[in-house]
Amino acid sequence: MVLPAGLAYLLMLLLPTLAAVALAFTDYELGLWPPAWVGLGNFEEMAADRGFRSSVRNTLIYVGIVTPAAVAGGLALALLVEAGGRGRTLFRAVFFLPVVSLTVAMASAWQYLLHPTIGPLNAALRGLGLGTPFWLTSSDWVLLTLAAIGVWESIGFNMVLFMAGLTAIPRELHAAAEVDGARSAWDRFRLVTWPLLGPTTLFVVTISMIRSLRVFDTVAVLTQGGPNKASEVLLYTMYTEGFTFLRLGYSAAVTLVFLLVVLAVMWIQMRVLDRRVHYG
Amino acid sequence: MARRDLPRLGLLSLLGLLFLMPYVWMVAASLKPLDEIFRASLSLWPERLAAAENYGRVIARVPVAQYIWNGVVVCGGILFFQLLFAIPAGYALAKLRFPGREWLFGAVMLGLLVPPHVPALPLYVAFSGIGWLNTFAALIAPSTISVFAIFLFRQFFKALPDELLHAARLDGMGEWSIVWRVVLPNAWPAATAFAIFSVVAHWNDLFWPLIATQGHERATPALGVLYFRSEEAGDDFGAMMAAAVIMTLPLVLAFLLAQRRFVEGIATTGLKG
Repeated sequence: MVLPAGLAYLLMLLLPTLAAVALAFTDYELGLWPPAWVGLGNFEEMAADRGFRSSVRNTLIYVGIVTPAAVAGGLALALLVEAGGRGRTLFRAVFFLPVVSLTVAMASAWQYLLHPTIGPLNAALRGLGLGTPFWLTSSDWVLLTLAAIGVWESIGFNMVLFMAGLTAIPRELHAAAEVDGARSAWDRFRLVTWPLLGPTTLFVVTISMIRSLRVFDTVAVLTQGGPNKASEVLLYTMYTEGFTFLRLGYSAAVTLVFLLVVLAVMWIQMRVLDRRVHYG
Repeated sequence: MARRDLPRLGLLSLLGLLFLMPYVWMVAASLKPLDEIFRASLSLWPERLAAAENYGRVIARVPVAQYIWNGVVVCGGILFFQLLFAIPAGYALAKLRFPGREWLFGAVMLGLLVPPHVPALPLYVAFSGIGWLNTFAALIAPSTISVFAIFLFRQFFKALPDELLHAARLDGMGEWSIVWRVVLPNAWPAATAFAIFSVVAHWNDLFWPLIATQGHERATPALGVLYFRSEEAGDDFGAMMAAAVIMTLPLVLAFLLAQRRFVEGIATTGLKG
């Protein structure tokens, strides 16, 4: 009964993952067999490579912007949508729409929207007499722009998770808090909703970090890591090293770094979960 | 009450409109002739409707139907095997006692930690070795195993009453026919939720199709947009937006028709984005 799944697990997940780990310590290039064992050579090369260092830095900055913005935004939207009875279904659909939309296609739409000369956004800014940045082609703006698109993509997803968390909080608790003197909505949020939402919030934060660590589509479509590596991110580095330059050993080492970051995020989540999160 | 609700609704409408801007402009540009697009005016409605030209150029230049068909085959194939493998495994882990069960469940939990990008490199090497690149098999095979699906079905089946299974066994049913005739009909809520999650993920995936295929023949919708951009369109934003509309439409339409199921499906399966 577990045999088909077990076989597929072995062939498509376990063995390739172990192989990726092993490859990370070799100089394997496609077509050059057998590869030589280079120990930590790939990692030393990475540490010395400015391109890779900026890839790590960009990824962390991207995650550092997208996660807090998409989590706070998702919570705010969930509270707003849930605060009244009307429009719940409509607004939920509107904010969720980017989650189900083809990222590559929507990236094209963003490219037009943000086009420096013919894009509607800059046309509007010109109309208001404001500056018209090169959103996707200036190294000062590109990462921020990609992060904004990332927030737009994932905020609805977080909102839905928060809405599920909010409906699980019994209404009587709010009424009880009001009786006990929590008069303002802010007090009730601070004293009741926020603590009871703890597990949901931790979950949403973790998921947002992991999803944003995986940023690839928008970079591949809009910037190819440019200009001058200003939007190079981990998965894109892995992709170009492995499938453009065919340096699979080095690419595997980049993959390993990516995996370690993902595992670190999950490990931190487990630690926090063990200690602090209040279960209602 | 209604009047007190107005500021909230106003704010939400404003934010919602802001959120929809990319869609609005995408559709607007797909209806405009190029000279109007390049004038960068802020009017949404085209002075001269160029929908037929823009959409016509997309359909003439790239095999749109082929992309969509490939997307359907890949998503359908992946979902079929995911369910075929995960439902029996989830049932076994939830309800059967056999040596090594805890160990297998540990393997499932371990698998949840590994993003699909990690096994991609060796899979690419293996597939190129056996001549699988550019086939449906290469697009489908790596996703046939979903540890997340196994986990989800295990949790779901744990809640099934044991009496139901005992009764089936007393009727002389084997474990396999119990899976397909007793457990599966009870698994529809979990299966629909997972199906939506799976189809959304794989319809929108760019990473693996980009690695596993070349050219139009096996290109999925995501790749189709990418190819159209780089090879055909250049600065032809009207046609580019038309291509984007066409490829986004199937899933968005499905979402609008079954909105609640989508949202609930994603919320309950949100564990692994």
